[in-house]
Amino acid sequence: MNVRVRFAKYGAVKFIGHLDVLRYFQKAVRRAGLKIAYSQGFHPHQIMSFASPLGVGITSEGEYMDMELTAEYTPKEIVDALNSAMVEGFTVLSARILPEPENGRKRETAMSLVTVADYLVTVKETDGFFSKRPLSELQEQWTCFYHQESIPVIKLVKKSNTETTIDLKPFLYEASITSETLKKVGPRKNTKDFYTVEPIPEFSFDQEEDCKKKGLFSVLLRVSAGSADNIKPELVLEAFAKFLGCENTDVLRFQIHRLNMYSGAYPLLVQL
Amino acid sequence: MSDVTNYMQKLALTDEILMSVDKPARYIGGEVNMVKKNPRDVDIRFCMCFPDVYEVGMSHLGIQILYDMFNKREDTYCERVYSPWPDLDKILREKQIPLFALESQEPLKQFDFLGITLQYEMCYTNILQILDLAGIPLHASDRTEEDPIVIGGGPCAYNPEPLADFFDFFYLGEGETVYNEILDKYKVHKAKGGNRREFLELVADIEGMYVPQFYDVTYHEDGTLASFEPNNVHARKTIRKQVEMELSDTFYPEKPLVPFIRAIQDRVVLEIQRGCIRGCRFCQAGMLYRPIRERNVEFLKDLATKMLRSTGHEEISLSSLSSSDYSCLKELVYYLIDTFQNDGVNISLPSLRIDAFALDVMNKVQDITKSSLTFAPEAGSQRMRDVINKGLTEEVILNGATEAFKGGWNKVKLYFMLGLPGEQEEDIRAIAELSNVIAKAYYDTIPKSERKGKVQITTSTSFFVPKPFTPFQWVRMATAEEFMEARKVLSASIKEQLNAKSIKYNWHDTDVTMLEGVFARGDRRCAALIEGAYKDGCLFDSWSEYFRNDIWMKQFEKTGLSLEFYTSREREKDELLPWDFIDAGISRSFLYREYEKSKQGIVTPNCRKGCAGCGAAQFHGGVCYEPRNEAGESTLNEVLIPDC
Repeated sequence: MNVRVRFAKYGAVKFIGHLDVLRYFQKAVRRAGLKIAYSQGFHPHQIMSFASPLGVGITSEGEYMDMELTAEYTPKEIVDALNSAMVEGFTVLSARILPEPENGRKRETAMSLVTVADYLVTVKETDGFFSKRPLSELQEQWTCFYHQESIPVIKLVKKSNTETTIDLKPFLYEASITSETLKKVGPRKNTKDFYTVEPIPEFSFDQEEDCKKKGLFSVLLRVSAGSADNIKPELVLEAFAKFLGCENTDVLRFQIHRLNMYSGAYPLLVQL
Repeated sequence: MSDVTNYMQKLALTDEILMSVDKPARYIGGEVNMVKKNPRDVDIRFCMCFPDVYEVGMSHLGIQILYDMFNKREDTYCERVYSPWPDLDKILREKQIPLFALESQEPLKQFDFLGITLQYEMCYTNILQILDLAGIPLHASDRTEEDPIVIGGGPCAYNPEPLADFFDFFYLGEGETVYNEILDKYKVHKAKGGNRREFLELVADIEGMYVPQFYDVTYHEDGTLASFEPNNVHARKTIRKQVEMELSDTFYPEKPLVPFIRAIQDRVVLEIQRGCIRGCRFCQAGMLYRPIRERNVEFLKDLATKMLRSTGHEEISLSSLSSSDYSCLKELVYYLIDTFQNDGVNISLPSLRIDAFALDVMNKVQDITKSSLTFAPEAGSQRMRDVINKGLTEEVILNGATEAFKGGWNKVKLYFMLGLPGEQEEDIRAIAELSNVIAKAYYDTIPKSERKGKVQITTSTSFFVPKPFTPFQWVRMATAEEFMEARKVLSASIKEQLNAKSIKYNWHDTDVTMLEGVFARGDRRCAALIEGAYKDGCLFDSWSEYFRNDIWMKQFEKTGLSLEFYTSREREKDELLPWDFIDAGISRSFLYREYEKSKQGIVTPNCRKGCAGCGAAQFHGGVCYEPRNEAGESTLNEVLIPDC
């Protein structure tokens, strides 16, 4: 049977890269004692795939992994077995048994389905660029920024190592600014939320240390994701800073938290 | 902790630092099977150190065994530290962040013990890096009550003298033996409020423990040792190696640590036996770990199951010297294949003698088209192989290779040493000739129509470094120029071979080898070389991209020490050697007897064929006490004997 598992990644393990997360789950499935299908050959590998790689340093509560199991389990059995094999920083949130594809059709992997992702981005900085401005101004500016006809940004093309200008606007579906900052990510008792935010009572940033550590404000983003037009959330924030006149976006720091991933064409989205 | 998401497991480094270094997972701990304890709840804090990068250090079996053993004690929390890579090294110095242990992420300075394993000579500057970054004085004599006790152990501890200044004591022997006694004594000592010196005296009373500052050394005018004498009543004249004789079904971690990033050993490692019966005269491990002691096969089967389950590893490998000598090898290997292969577990084979059994197993676990056959004849000519007592004949190699070629293999790796004692030009050429004969065997065996391309012979040479506690501890090591010349001769000779196009030749660097030669047989004065090189910027010397021979050579000028004195000098039979105060269980007279025999090219049979009287029988176990027939041969496993 084919299963799609949703999991969270937080804390120190956010520093583990995608390929190592893959290796981690391959071993975790074995520790969990789940009977997983293997490919043929001298070096068989598990039939397992991930929806979308998460960058190093980013936390998430919306990661998805597909796997093919050779025995029957209930979703709860799968979640419990995997959680018994997790280390701090990884939590399996749910499992869904995938329906068999219709006659003659190939199964669509989570990777091929992803089109949209939600992020909570907390902005930190090192030289007081944002912190000079009151929140009301930032909120006004954000509205202006968001309602531009086009939002051109320079994107590095990895393959050719060249820069190209793209318009973010068609890929930025929803965006809102909040005075809350991401406080912590991790399992919570008595609530289904996986992360907590901390409101900043007085939006005044005289305390420079606070700006660096806790962050200044957050932005909730719904952007295009997946193999076609994957938008990195920091790209949006950097564009906003430039819109405000920031010349050196290298001083900005972000704590990015991925909330969820979807398939479908915006606005008709289906959670993976 | 300040960073928003770091509230759970605290980290010593900020997000910003971790995002700026290569492979931040090296520094965060939290791996599968990591032991979590509250440091406030224990009496003893021990930090284990492998002085190389995380991926190398995490692959070391010895630390996993001791980590498990120490953490079984409720009163002790054993943590780990590895060498920070140069990128983090720089940041730690700039920002003055003290080096920390992975588990608690707390500074090493807060620990009671720092135990450093000494696996190879070229990690010595990394030891000073660890001490320096931790804020621990480099010299044991400068340490105070605030500093951890710094312990050295492992194979290089059998000549601890070049490191003597930097360690509080060296543990000579296998970790399983007296560590518990040391920790027990320390706990009582700490509760009483005793000082550092008193504790080191307690340690010196324990057999196998060497406290360098309790000994004085004098030298003759020619630079050789004149005397080596205790200056403290607690210090023993001779330090006797400690050997664990209860290995059969004890001391093994059932839940080894599993790193997030790929370590060199990304698999379950099963130690099937310790020691070796072969008696190759160049091999330090083969002498130091005598007598050979086997682990019980049922114990190993059970362990394999438990370890695969607790780690989730998809590969298991057997570890030992000369694995073919393990008496239950067939039973164990077939059990592993039958039990685990259907669960997607790879069985990784150790270097086996190539026979029908090995070929059958290889057929089952490897992809023939990709895998290669490995032989380590170590020397090219039979004369030279007799000198080094390597009981592998050309006939055995050719038979093995021919069988393998018939089975479908066409890749062969050959390992040799250059610069062996008494090496002549014809011995060097013999390496090329042997490589050629193996290539020829392929073309003679496999008809043209059945060949899948050319046979690929990879011939690799390393340079011979004489080691303490081997029959070659007295010999003159070749000079860098002689090594280069030998390499040239071999290179040219390979090109002259009929099948030259099927032979690829790889060689090692000479500069590093020369320094290994210095530290392998160096004395206390060599500490100045290590300290000077470290202070002038040497680090990660075993990594060719960081090795700086020019800085090392400068240290010889600065200190007035001579590289040739330590390397290319034949020692007199009765010269006092820097490691002579250690009793490694094998007698000096046995070693010298073997040296004499090597000069005449006389081979010594392996321990199962006959006892050579090395002295290891004093440990009352292992091969020395296996049942024997009238001819003095061990009857443990007769089928294994004929090859040698």
